[in-house]
Amino acid sequence: MSIRICIPLDSAAVALGADDVAAALAREAAKRKVAVSIVRTGSHGMHWLEPLIEVGGVGFGPVTAADVPSLFDAAFKNHPLNIGRIADHPFMKAQTRLTFARCGNVDPTSFHEYQAAGGLNGIGAAIMVGPAQTRDTVLTSGLRGRGGAGFPTGIKWKTVAEAKGDTKYIVCNADEGDSGTYADRMLLEGDPFVLIEGMIIAGLAVGAAKGYVYIRSEYPDAIRTFSKAVAVAESSGLLGAAAGFEIDVRAGAGAYVCGEETSMLESLEGKRGQVRAKPPLPAHKGLFGRPTVINNLVSLATVPAILADGAEAYAALGMGRSRGTMPIQLAGNVKQGGLFETAFGLTLGEIVDEIGGGTASGRPVRAVQVGGPLGAYFPRSLFDTAFDYEAFAALDGLVGHGGVVVFDDTVDMARQARFALEFCALESCGKCTPCRIGSIRGAETMDKIIRGERVAANLALITDLCQTLKFGSLCALGGLTPYPVMSALKYFPEDFDRPRLVAAAD
Amino acid sequence: MSSYSAWDEKHAGEIIDGLKSVDGATLPILHALQDAFGHITERAIEMIADALNLSRADVHGVVSFYHDFRRELPGRYVLKLCRAEACQSMGADALAATAKSQLGVDWHGTSADGRVTLEPVFCLGLCSCAPAAMIDGKLVGRLDDTALAAAIKQARA
Repeated sequence: MSIRICIPLDSAAVALGADDVAAALAREAAKRKVAVSIVRTGSHGMHWLEPLIEVGGVGFGPVTAADVPSLFDAAFKNHPLNIGRIADHPFMKAQTRLTFARCGNVDPTSFHEYQAAGGLNGIGAAIMVGPAQTRDTVLTSGLRGRGGAGFPTGIKWKTVAEAKGDTKYIVCNADEGDSGTYADRMLLEGDPFVLIEGMIIAGLAVGAAKGYVYIRSEYPDAIRTFSKAVAVAESSGLLGAAAGFEIDVRAGAGAYVCGEETSMLESLEGKRGQVRAKPPLPAHKGLFGRPTVINNLVSLATVPAILADGAEAYAALGMGRSRGTMPIQLAGNVKQGGLFETAFGLTLGEIVDEIGGGTASGRPVRAVQVGGPLGAYFPRSLFDTAFDYEAFAALDGLVGHGGVVVFDDTVDMARQARFALEFCALESCGKCTPCRIGSIRGAETMDKIIRGERVAANLALITDLCQTLKFGSLCALGGLTPYPVMSALKYFPEDFDRPRLVAAAD
Repeated sequence: MSSYSAWDEKHAGEIIDGLKSVDGATLPILHALQDAFGHITERAIEMIADALNLSRADVHGVVSFYHDFRRELPGRYVLKLCRAEACQSMGADALAATAKSQLGVDWHGTSADGRVTLEPVFCLGLCSCAPAAMIDGKLVGRLDDTALAAAIKQARA
């Protein structure tokens, strides 16, 4: 009997040497004449242990090619890298894995393994109850847009279903540009069929026969794996003209703003990714002027589990108006970086200190940016904030796409504030003036503050400029750039007065 | 190492013909042309405009909007270093400064020997194993000075 050895093809594992380890495993097995079948899976999300290989449910990591002979010597049992059964690992056991249930456990492009692991149950349920009931299930589950805006998915679907038009589209936003996030990438690489299933259900629910998946070009491996899964789904009859739903994969081209839904539509239409004014809503007049559902990848990939298990099961998880689970992505200077899917409601402190284990550098945690480059920086004093859309919004912050980036005490928050403005300037689509010009003037003003020039007056100017950006911008890029800037100023004011502190010390 | 074909109008025409009928064809065509030839030539812009019944200004506007599309050939190796926050928290700024000084270039520059082009990238989705880089299409996590120096040395050898 051959030994089944699973090793991730996930980009994070590959970036840490998984391909070399896979090659070494094959070489060593051939040398020892041991029959092995090496299966490339997605990642379980414990990235600090990558490359993490699995044999009979037991994990070994982080493995290098040099460890391979000793793993064979130990017959994949007692070995210093043995972490025990993966499913029993505290990081895995503490999770509620719905959207990521299969990720890491299956060969991502094996349609057979997808079905064997509960795949297609969502479609089955959707067909049985019909479009109206499907929309209703999604609505009562409480699922909200996982891209960050948190708009109820069921209402979007209802609007598109009721919109007049012979052609409607489903667009999946997989332009995961926020630093600190990689949930979309992990699903595209680790369980692509779940997205295909979610999009087919969305198509059934609103009467659309065509879907587009817009994947950022910075994810070449994800594009490759997902495209392969689409081809497999076509050959097995799940997708295609005859099946009643087609999916087209499109690559972005390095523009962060194309994660904004209307900018994405422009890009899909072959234009500059400039934001559209709303109304009209994309649900009424979206891609090529047709009614269009635009959902984040995680939202769509969660739909099959909601249909399969029922709205109530999903809605029973979470807190307040944030129902269900969220894949929290621990990133940056964190000891246990990785993806942790859990019901809403954990505190930021639990996420960073307990699940993340503090910083990778071993120094104290000083700031945490939640929700990507447009999210606020939180100090330790706000670590009792619950992970919930409303709780974060109340603090002028956002949950966003679930990214949590940890910084230790060497961070200079004035530089982080400057970076937020520089990033906005680099990525502004240029359509509205506050964002196009305000971001550049803001970065220049931050430079003056960092140099110690008229600090009080320039800080007043930054505060005023942030008001203009927040209320005068056309989309979230300009509108939310004030969050990281103002939170840095509010919670870390000492970093904005360094030259004077230095002068006083002299 | 990147190996691009020299500009070939016939081949470019075939690429455009193969894709011009898809909806919103501009980006797919630009990606395919850049994959083949390494950059978008002036002639390519004219050909796309003709094929899609757009003005050259329209196509130029698309090319110039997106960070991915180049108007000039890159060096033989492209080193993309992530500049985003998660990588900053793990020392990406210092790595970038090292790369710039070793190559003698700023962002988007190509070393004088034509070997390496240095590009910034905002997030490769490797934020849990920062700092991250893409060295000629190959992803690297937990990049440090030693690995960076080795990659640069190999590229320039």
